[in-house]
Amino acid sequence: MSNAARSSSAMPLALSDFSIVTSLGAGRAQTIDALRAGRSALAPCTFETLPFPTYVGEIAGLDAHSINGEMAGFDCRNNRLAAMTLRQDGFADSVAAARERYGSDRIGVFAGTSTSGLLKTETAYRRRDPTTGRLPPEFDYARTHNTYSLARFVRAALDLAGPAFVVSTACAATAKVFGSAARMIAAGVCDAAVVGGADTLCATTLFGFHALGVMADEPCRPFDASRRGISIGEAAGFVLVERPSDGHHADTILLTGVGESSDAYHMSSPHPEGIGARLAMERALEAAGLGPSAIDYINLHGTATPVGDAAEDRAVFDLFGAGTPGSSTKGFSGHTLGASGAIEAIFCALGIQHDFLPGSPHTRTVDPAFKSQYVREGRRARINRAMSNSFGFGGANCSLVLARAA
Amino acid sequence: MRVYIEGVGLCGPGLDGWTTSQPVLAGAQEHTPASTRVPASPLLPANERRRAVQTVRLSLAVGAEAFAAAGRHPSATATVFASSGGDGETIHEILNVLASPNRELSPTRFHNSVHNTPAGYWGIATESRAPSTSLCCHDDSFVAGLLEAAVQATVEQQPVALIAYDVQYPAPLCDVRPIGAALAVALVLTPEPSGSTLASVELHLRPRSGAVSIMPSASLEALRQRTPAARSLPVLAAIARRDKAMVMLDYLSDMTLALDVVPIRADAVLGIGSSERVPG
Repeated sequence: MSNAARSSSAMPLALSDFSIVTSLGAGRAQTIDALRAGRSALAPCTFETLPFPTYVGEIAGLDAHSINGEMAGFDCRNNRLAAMTLRQDGFADSVAAARERYGSDRIGVFAGTSTSGLLKTETAYRRRDPTTGRLPPEFDYARTHNTYSLARFVRAALDLAGPAFVVSTACAATAKVFGSAARMIAAGVCDAAVVGGADTLCATTLFGFHALGVMADEPCRPFDASRRGISIGEAAGFVLVERPSDGHHADTILLTGVGESSDAYHMSSPHPEGIGARLAMERALEAAGLGPSAIDYINLHGTATPVGDAAEDRAVFDLFGAGTPGSSTKGFSGHTLGASGAIEAIFCALGIQHDFLPGSPHTRTVDPAFKSQYVREGRRARINRAMSNSFGFGGANCSLVLARAA
Repeated sequence: MRVYIEGVGLCGPGLDGWTTSQPVLAGAQEHTPASTRVPASPLLPANERRRAVQTVRLSLAVGAEAFAAAGRHPSATATVFASSGGDGETIHEILNVLASPNRELSPTRFHNSVHNTPAGYWGIATESRAPSTSLCCHDDSFVAGLLEAAVQATVEQQPVALIAYDVQYPAPLCDVRPIGAALAVALVLTPEPSGSTLASVELHLRPRSGAVSIMPSASLEALRQRTPAARSLPVLAAIARRDKAMVMLDYLSDMTLALDVVPIRADAVLGIGSSERVPG
C-alpha cells in the first residue's frame, strides 16, 4: 500500500450483483413485483407475545433455514436470514466468480447490523440455570450475539479471506458500509467487497421502540398527516461492489456518491431542522459531482414518526425544492433498522432497472405541512439517478447516490 | 498507506492518561495494575457526567486527551469508534428485563444499547457534524478500526480520530465472554505530518505471519490478551519508546496488519515537512 493509492477516486463503484430478502419476498423478482403491485407485507405481530398491538414485516419460514454442520455455531435468526439471502438469484455464484478473478484475500466483507444474534441471547437469558444463573452451555457468544457475527458468517459462507468488520451505527449501518467498501477499494486494501447486512425481529427492538413511544399500533404511514410511528420489519440485502469494467453493461447500477454526517443533536431524535440529513445528502451529491436537479427519485428514510418525517421533509425541500419525487418504502417492508440502507439501495437499483418509481402503501393523506414532493402511488418512470437516505440513532446519517451505468 | 499520529489518549488499569503512561509503556517504569480510573472529560457537563454510561465516559475522556495533545478541535474531524462488545451493562439490563415477567424497558437504556452510543454522545459534546462510524470485529475490533481510520485519512485526505474501547460484561455474559479491565485508546491520525506529529505509521495488510507483537511486561501482556482494545498497546509502546519499530497485529484468523512505526521530532517536521527520523 503506497500513498499513490490516494490519487484513485473512491467513486464510482459497480454493483455487480445484489441479493435481497424482505417480508415482501425472497429475491429480486418477488421484490419488484411487490413494489409494482403496491403490496405491503405489514401484518399484526404474532412473532412475540406482546402486551401491545403492533404491525411487523416478518419473513415467513425463516425457522426452516437452520444452519448446520461445521457452521452450526452461527445458527441464529439473523445469520439464517443472511444465509437465505446469499442463496438468492445466484449471488453466491457471482461472489465465487469474483473470488476467481481477484483471489479470496482481495475481497472484503463490510456488513451492517443492529440486532445481530440478540434474539438468541434473549432466549438464552430465559433459560439461565435457576441456581447458578449461567447461560445454557450451547450458547455461542462469538458466533451469534457478538455484533461481528454477521460478517464472520458471510465471510465463512462465501469463502472469503479479505478485510472484514461490522458497522453498527443503528439505522444507517448498511448504507455506511458502501462508504467503507469504496474507501478500502480506493486505498488498494481490496479489489471488491461484499457489503450489506441483516436485521431480524427480536424482543429488544419491539419492546425498545415501544418504550420510546415511536411504534405505531397500525401499519406505518410515512409522511401521512396522521402518522403514528414505525412498524418494525426484518430484512437482509447484500451487494457485490467492485470497480466498473468491461464485464459490466448498460443495465449495471453504479454507486456514484456516498455522503455521511452526524446530527450532533440528540441520541434518539433527529435534528428538527434536518441539518444532519441535509448535510449527508449534500455530501453525497458532491461526491457524485451532481446538482440536486440530477436526482430523479429519493428513497426517503421516512419511518413515519412525527418528528423524523417532518425533519426529513424540511431537509429534502431545502435542498431539492418540490420538483424531485420521493417516497419512503417503509410501508412495504417496515423499518428494517440497520438493514434498511442496503435493502432500500436495492429498491432504488430495481427501480432504475425496471423503470419503476415505488409508492407508499398505507399513506393516505400526505401531511399538508410538508413541502417536498411525496409519491403515494407507484408509477412507471425512467429513473437515471436515485438517492437513498438512511438516518439512525446517535445522529448517524448516510445518503447514497445510485445511477444507471449508461 | 502512510498516516501520521498526531495525538494519543489512553485510559486503562494503571494507565492514567497517555502522558503519565508513556514511561510505563516504554518499559522505564513498572506497570502497577489497578482499577481503571476514568477521568472527568472536559467534554461532558457535570450532570451529564453522572448519567453517562461507562463506555461514553471512557470514550470522551480519551478522545478529549488525544485532541488536546494534537492541538486540534474535534468538531471538524471524522471519527471511527471500535468496540468488541459495546456497553455490556446496558445490554445485560435489557436482557434481564426481557426475561422477567414485566418486560418494560427504559427508553434511555434502549437508545444507549446501540453500538454507536459513544459516537452519538461524542457528536453532541463536540458539536461535530463530521462523518462518524462505529464498528465491531470481535477480538480484532481495534485493528479493524485502525485500518478503517487509516484508509479514511488516506482516501479522504482528512484527519480522522480512532476511539477504541472495551468494558467488561456483568454475569452471566462475562462467563461466556471474559474481558479484562476496561480500557480505551484514542489516536488522532492525519494524512500529512503537522507540528504535533508524534510518529509516522506505514500500514501493510498481509496474509498471517507467525509473529505478533507482545508487551514485555507480564501484566501489560495479560491486559493485551484479555481486553480487545488493549491490542493497541504495542503500537503505543512503540511511540512511547521514541524508537522505530515494526509492530505486528493479528487481524482475523488469516491476516496480519504490520505497522512500520517511525517516531518524528515535531520541530523537524515543521522545518522539513516530511519524515525526519529521530536518530538511534
